[in-house]
Amino acid sequence: MEIKQVSPQVKVHDNPKQRKMKQRRYGRGDLFWAYIMIAPLMLGLFIFYVYPVFQTVYYSFVEWGAFGNYKWTGLDNYNKLLTDTDLHRAIRNTVVYIVLSVPLSIFLSILVAALLNQKIRGLTIYRTLYFLPVITMPAAVAMVWRWLYNADYGLLNYALGLLSIKGPHWLTDPNIALYSVILVAIWSSIGNNMIIFLSGLQGISSSYYEAASIDGAGTISKFYRITLPLLTPTIFFVGVISLISAFQVFDMIYMMIGEKNIAIESTQSIVFLFYKYGFTQNMKGYASAIAVLLFVIILIVTFIQMKLQKKWVHYG
Amino acid sequence: MARNLFVMMLLVMMMVVTACGGSNSSNNTSEQPSNNKETETTDEKVTLTYATWGGADDKATPKVIELFNSTHPNIEVKLESTPNKQYWSKLETAAIGETLADVFWMNGPNIVKYGSNNILLPISEQIKADGLDMTKYPQSLVDLYTVNGENYGIPKDFDTPGLWYNKEMFDAAGVKYPDDTWDWNSLLEASKKLTDPAKGVWGIAATLDSQSGYYDTILQAGGYIISDDKKSSGFDKPEAINGIKFWTDLINVHKVSPTMAQMTETQGTDLFKSGKVAMLAEGSWNASDFASNENIKGKFDVAVLPKGKQRGVIIHGLGNVISAQTKHPKEAWEFVKFLGSKEVAVIYASTGTVIPAYEGTQETWVQSNPDVNLQIFIDQLKDSKPYPVSQNTSAWASLESEIFTKAWAGVITPEEAGKEMAAKMNEALEKEK
Repeated sequence: MEIKQVSPQVKVHDNPKQRKMKQRRYGRGDLFWAYIMIAPLMLGLFIFYVYPVFQTVYYSFVEWGAFGNYKWTGLDNYNKLLTDTDLHRAIRNTVVYIVLSVPLSIFLSILVAALLNQKIRGLTIYRTLYFLPVITMPAAVAMVWRWLYNADYGLLNYALGLLSIKGPHWLTDPNIALYSVILVAIWSSIGNNMIIFLSGLQGISSSYYEAASIDGAGTISKFYRITLPLLTPTIFFVGVISLISAFQVFDMIYMMIGEKNIAIESTQSIVFLFYKYGFTQNMKGYASAIAVLLFVIILIVTFIQMKLQKKWVHYG
Repeated sequence: MARNLFVMMLLVMMMVVTACGGSNSSNNTSEQPSNNKETETTDEKVTLTYATWGGADDKATPKVIELFNSTHPNIEVKLESTPNKQYWSKLETAAIGETLADVFWMNGPNIVKYGSNNILLPISEQIKADGLDMTKYPQSLVDLYTVNGENYGIPKDFDTPGLWYNKEMFDAAGVKYPDDTWDWNSLLEASKKLTDPAKGVWGIAATLDSQSGYYDTILQAGGYIISDDKKSSGFDKPEAINGIKFWTDLINVHKVSPTMAQMTETQGTDLFKSGKVAMLAEGSWNASDFASNENIKGKFDVAVLPKGKQRGVIIHGLGNVISAQTKHPKEAWEFVKFLGSKEVAVIYASTGTVIPAYEGTQETWVQSNPDVNLQIFIDQLKDSKPYPVSQNTSAWASLESEIFTKAWAGVITPEEAGKEMAAKMNEALEKEK
């Protein structure tokens, strides 16, 4: 849904005359078959997506018991949101995660995409290498990194040891663990973003660059004056998508930090807390309230982004 | 627009109706033979699903099922294995959605919750009708699976913890092996001698573990986890705090164990298997895993847990239960009865995975690895107390790891941890009424 809204390429021609014409082009039989064709998708969407959303909102007002029994408790869960210090901590962790991972990931992805948009030897190999983390299971990625990060027997601290630096406890030191996770998150998101930026770069007409060359522009000024402005729609798109998925970060933290970890309080994200309450403590009512809160936060942030885009996104 | 919507809704309804119709007709065809069942006692095959969380038992369970399938041509059992971490959330979801397996594993913390909510099939009558001798199983386990006077499960196995030790490391440090004369102090003294920071080896891994850790030491210190009437927590009593302090002191005061951070990154069992720690308190189910590990094979043995003020270990065991939603209660009972038989107990015993619950078959398990003193796990039965449970055990048990992690890491004292835990546990127990 979000993708459709922000996709910069779609331009709606909202001319009533045109719309009328369009509608007349389809006969009643065409419409019938069109609905038949999309019915399987719509059914799935309604049963597995739209309906649960409303159910979640409803459950956020109940106290969950064993085996699907529950009782209505009104705003109790929402009152608890206000006083739950764990949750406030989790929101702070999530914000730190977003503020560090999203811009850095976008910056590095553009850099990699720009470098891989040139004609260099072994281009496909580089592109494959950068894309590999994307097609690897997050669980496998997390397991490998856990091993690399292991303070006593990990490769990372072994390498630091050769330089006679005593490496930290990457995943169990409460002051460091969150940054260790962010590092892996950035590493594993570059591939996906790079592909989108690459297609954005290739959509920029070479005539702009030719004209700039004639005017005597150098490589760097071409990048800042042509590439970046014309890439802003893509940056905006990647930004919105990354932000939403960063708000929902869970798997990396679950796999790399885990519940029995002294650093968990300073790393757990909003969704991790949702999982903990909902599935290990079986407080599904309160967990639903957290999900609703997260939904509202994402809604507001995305709305602000949509408003702000007018100031910096150029649809060339 | 309104007409479009109408068309769409119609379509949706049509699909739902046809879908229902389809399943109805298939139900009819499948019901017909089962109606005939009463007249001509069936050569139709019944399929049962058996849900477990596998683990070490995966070595033996397929053999057991194969044997059952070959001796019961009209029943086919299918194994459905889920990792323990997801098993319980999956089971509860299946219970709500009425898609439970016919027969599945149950444990102590969950039996009251499942037994008292009509999720399980009571089997007291079947036991009486078939004359099943329940005295063949340890009484504490039969009681564990009895809820409100009704039997719900047949005990499958049991486990007690022991003190595993690395003989090679003891020899190298010139320390006497642990035995039944050991108390908490002997363990500490030996640990001090075995610890060598320069080599990166420790006397013991003081892991954060309830069943093979602080639950046992709390008993040994004379405390309890939950009161007999299941109404109040024992975590804030001085004895319980001593039981917790035993472990945290090994790490934070005497420094004879890896730190909590280190044991989070590398698990206690891995540290033991790789010869980094000389001792480890762990459950009997590790026997076959340790014995098949190249690095430690033939170099380890096991002793009873050292005594504190008194002896004490937690006993726990799994049970096989039947879903109340099953379509084949008769066949499911047949299978559960088979799983509780001596024949099956011997199969489990000989693979050395778990200690079978059936009386007299434990000897086979002890013999499955004659080099290791497995007998101590059976001997400890006389000092054992049942696993602490209440109506909704997981509501408070899930808080333990969160709170105690801080004590193990030395962020809070054992007193603070015990008091915080007791307060939250009492709050959770209050809700059960």
